[in-house]
Parts: sequence; structure tokens; C-alpha cells
Amino acid sequence: MSDTAQRAAERAARESYGRLLAFLAARTRDVAGAEDALAEAFASALASWPEQGVPANPDAWLLTVARRRQTDAYRRVGTSRAGEMHLTLMREELDDLAMTPEAIPDRRLALMFACAHPDIDPSLRSPLILQTILGLTAADIGAAFLIPAATMGQRLVRAKSRIAELGIAFEIPDTEDLPSRLDAVLEAIYAAYAKGWNDLVGEAGGQLAEEAIWLGRLVVALLPSSPEAKGMLALMLYSHARRAARRSPTGAYVPLDEQDTALWDMEAIEAAETILRAASSAGPTGRCQLEAAIQSAHVVRRLTGADNWPIVVKLYDILHAMTGSPVVLLNRAAALAETEGPTAALASIAPLADDKRMADYQPYWAVRGRLLAEIGNREAAHEALTLAMGLSTDPAIRNWLEARRADLLAG
Amino acid sequence: MRYLLMLYADENAGAAIPPDQMAKAMEGMFAYQQALEKAGAFVSTSALGRTSDARTLRMSGGEIHNVDGAFVNQGGTLKVEEGPYAEAREQFGGLFVIECEDMDAAVKWAARCPAAQWGPIEIRPIVHTSSAKEA
Repeated sequence: MSDTAQRAAERAARESYGRLLAFLAARTRDVAGAEDALAEAFASALASWPEQGVPANPDAWLLTVARRRQTDAYRRVGTSRAGEMHLTLMREELDDLAMTPEAIPDRRLALMFACAHPDIDPSLRSPLILQTILGLTAADIGAAFLIPAATMGQRLVRAKSRIAELGIAFEIPDTEDLPSRLDAVLEAIYAAYAKGWNDLVGEAGGQLAEEAIWLGRLVVALLPSSPEAKGMLALMLYSHARRAARRSPTGAYVPLDEQDTALWDMEAIEAAETILRAASSAGPTGRCQLEAAIQSAHVVRRLTGADNWPIVVKLYDILHAMTGSPVVLLNRAAALAETEGPTAALASIAPLADDKRMADYQPYWAVRGRLLAEIGNREAAHEALTLAMGLSTDPAIRNWLEARRADLLAG
Repeated sequence: MRYLLMLYADENAGAAIPPDQMAKAMEGMFAYQQALEKAGAFVSTSALGRTSDARTLRMSGGEIHNVDGAFVNQGGTLKVEEGPYAEAREQFGGLFVIECEDMDAAVKWAARCPAAQWGPIEIRPIVHTSSAKEA
């Protein structure tokens, strides 16, 4: 196979996969069928382009072949509904022939809304978006989510059938529903980012974080009026900018306030600042923007030495009033320890002690252990740090916590 | 639902670890057990002796028949061998029995086990358990 054909197919796969899939699936709502048709089109491309040359408009070529496959598939099924669909698709196939790439409508955003629909299992929204928009395999997605490839594949197939059975529309919700529906899309993208971020030490994790940022940029491009989409993109970029500083040369965990800021990616930070400013001037402040603003404050503090912990606490106050989330309360406590001391911080998370979800939530025990150590309650601090160790998946974090626990005995 | 986490490791590599490093690894395992207990997910744990001290009992030859509802081997001889039957790079060396909602949750717990860093962990649903009565 010639390299040119290989490269053209790969470029089309990367840049156009989701666009073509969304377009193919939009009318039929049959995501799995559209995936099959598109996969066959890519296979045909790899077979014929090296011989006949790369067509002038690869997207339109792929779309035409995929549409023909889709039409054939409906012809084979032969039910009356399939017959109707067949006629629609035939008509669209003719339209496609006259299509230029600029004219292929971008329905990826609508596809993302369908993937993050309230009737789709929240744990599958992120995997569905990764597969349909980026074309990631069930094996790659499963690896990131600690689910075997075959199991992830089956779950994705079921979720796609659900989209078809429920007749979930491929559309951008009305203004009224838009904010809450968009939250689900952003949450799904952020879940992919967080998987990548937590496993950033591994190659696959780093790639997933970059894929999530790519999706974040896509949503911003497709929904330029949404401040929250920008807020989330900024949030991911702030985190991503610090990726090289999170581990020492020997692989040890380095907390934010001890990171070497020379290792930070200043270009990414500046991009995040610009995007966040654009978001803030555009409208009401949502959750993602507040979280991004907190990251911005951390960056400013580390770069200028300014003590801006009171601002961070204030931002967490607003965020907590908005969400009531125990995770926010916990992060707020870490900031509160800097302004009002560890006793006040511990008191602020006292309500979480009865929250059953905290029993296996590692950050709760890590923060609690740190605060208890600061007030000199060694025994309770030892227990909390031990639990945080036991709940860590990352050995670098486990080692760091063990060292903090050893400090207790030494101090 | 209960799950068995079967911890495999290269026991020769394990035996070569200096005592201070081994003590640190055990601290990690103990922290893991405490986290399981706190979350109400801990049932039991066992560490197994080396495979060189193991015996495998095996019926050699013969055929299995069902005689009046009982399974009986006819024509075979029971033999005992030293060690486990199969030679493998990693050996079954320890186990946790945990209580959790489903297989996804069991995998999540297994990923937190320090032993996941040095050997495979096989996770099996336990369909039935009988235990000796507590004294």
C-alpha cells in the first residue's frame, strides 16, 4: 500500500470520522449501522486509493461509498420501515454526489447530545462519545475505563441500540433545555479527560487526555456562544499544562504547591487564560468556569507568589452553593486550611463523616489525614492516611502518602 | 455479591526482595485491607506458602463413570506430586475475598491492591460459600 493512500485515509479518519458518522447516523438514528457502513468505506478507500489515486474530495468519496453500503443494508432487511429508509437514503445518495466537503453539514454536536442523552447510562456517555466522534476502539476505551474490551464492546452496542429503539433525536436541544443537556455532554468529555489525567503516567492515559481536549475544542467550535463549553476547555488546559511537573525525574508524585513551574506548559496556560476570559465576558458563570477560575488562581499564586487563597475559598463557596457537591466541599476545605487553619477546615468537612460515599473516596481520606496531622492528632491522622493509601490505585500517590504518614512519627 | 481476588506473583522474585522493601510492600497491603474494611468490602484474606511446599493430588489414568449417581473413576490410580501441576511464570500466592456490588466494582478494588503492580490478579465471582461455624 502506498504511503500517500495510507496517510490520506488516516487523515480522513482523524479529521472526518465523527463528522461523517454523525451525518450518516443523523437520519436513521442507527449509529451501529452507520459505523459499519463507514468502516466498509474506509476499507474500500485503503483498497482502491493506492491504485486509482486519492480522490480530490476524500470526504465526499467516503460518504458516497458509506451511503451506498447503508442503502444496501436497508435493502437487504426488506421491511416496510426499511423500505422507506431505503428510499430516503437513495435520494440522499444522489444529493451526496453533488456535495463539496464544506457542504457536508457538521452534525457532531447533535450526535454528542444523543450520546449524552438522559436515557443513556451516565457511565456509557463518555465511552460512546469517544467511539462515535473519535472512532476509538472498544479495546482502547475499555483499557482507560478498566473494562475488558469485549464487555465494553457489548455495552456500547447496547447503548447504540437504545438510541435507535428510543428514537433519540440527533438534534441540538432548545435554548431552555440546552444548559442542562450541555452539562451532560461536558461531563462526559471531562470524565474522559479525568481518566487520562489520573493515569497520566501511562501512555494510554496521556493520549486519552489529549483526545478529551480535542473534543473540548470541538464543542467550543460548534457551540461558540456557550461560556460553559469554554470554561471546561480552559479547565482541561490548565490541568494539562502541569502534566510534566506532576512527577519527579524518579517518578515520585509532586503536589501542586511543590511543582517546578518551569516545567509548566506556558502556552497551554495562556490559551486557557484567553479562553476563560472569553467565557467570563460572555454570560452567566457556570460550574466549569468557576473550576477553571480556581485553576487560574493556583497558577497566579505559584507564578507570582501572591497569597490568593481567600479568592480560592470564595470561588469554592459559590461553587458549593451552586452544586452542593461533597467533592467541592472537600476541595474547599483544603483551601480553607490556608486561610483559617486546619481546625476550621476540619469542621467544614464534618458533615461528610456520615456520607457513605466517602468510605471509599480516596481524596476524602487524603485531605482529612493532612488536616488531622496539622492539628497534631497523630492517631486519627495515621488512620486517615492509611485509608487514603489503601484506596490509591497509583503507586506514586501511595508512596507519597506513606511518606506523609512516616512524617507523623518523626514529627 | 462476593468476589475472590486471586493474587499471582513470581515467587522467586518475591523471595529475592530485601526485608525492608518487603516490609514496605506489606504496609501497602495492610493499608489496602484497612480500606476494604472501612468500606465494608472486606471478607477475608490469606497468604499462601511457596509452591515448593505444595502437593498436587491427581488421578492418573482410568475413566470417570457415573455409578448410581456417584462419580467414580475406574481403572485409575491416585498420585501425589510435589508442587503445583503446571509450571508458570507467576504463582497463585495470596487471596482476598471481598464483598461489592458487581464485577466492575470488584475490578476497581483489585486495581487498588498493591499486588496489581507486580503480578496478575484473577477476579472470580463466588457463587456459594460454606464456612465452619465460629466458636
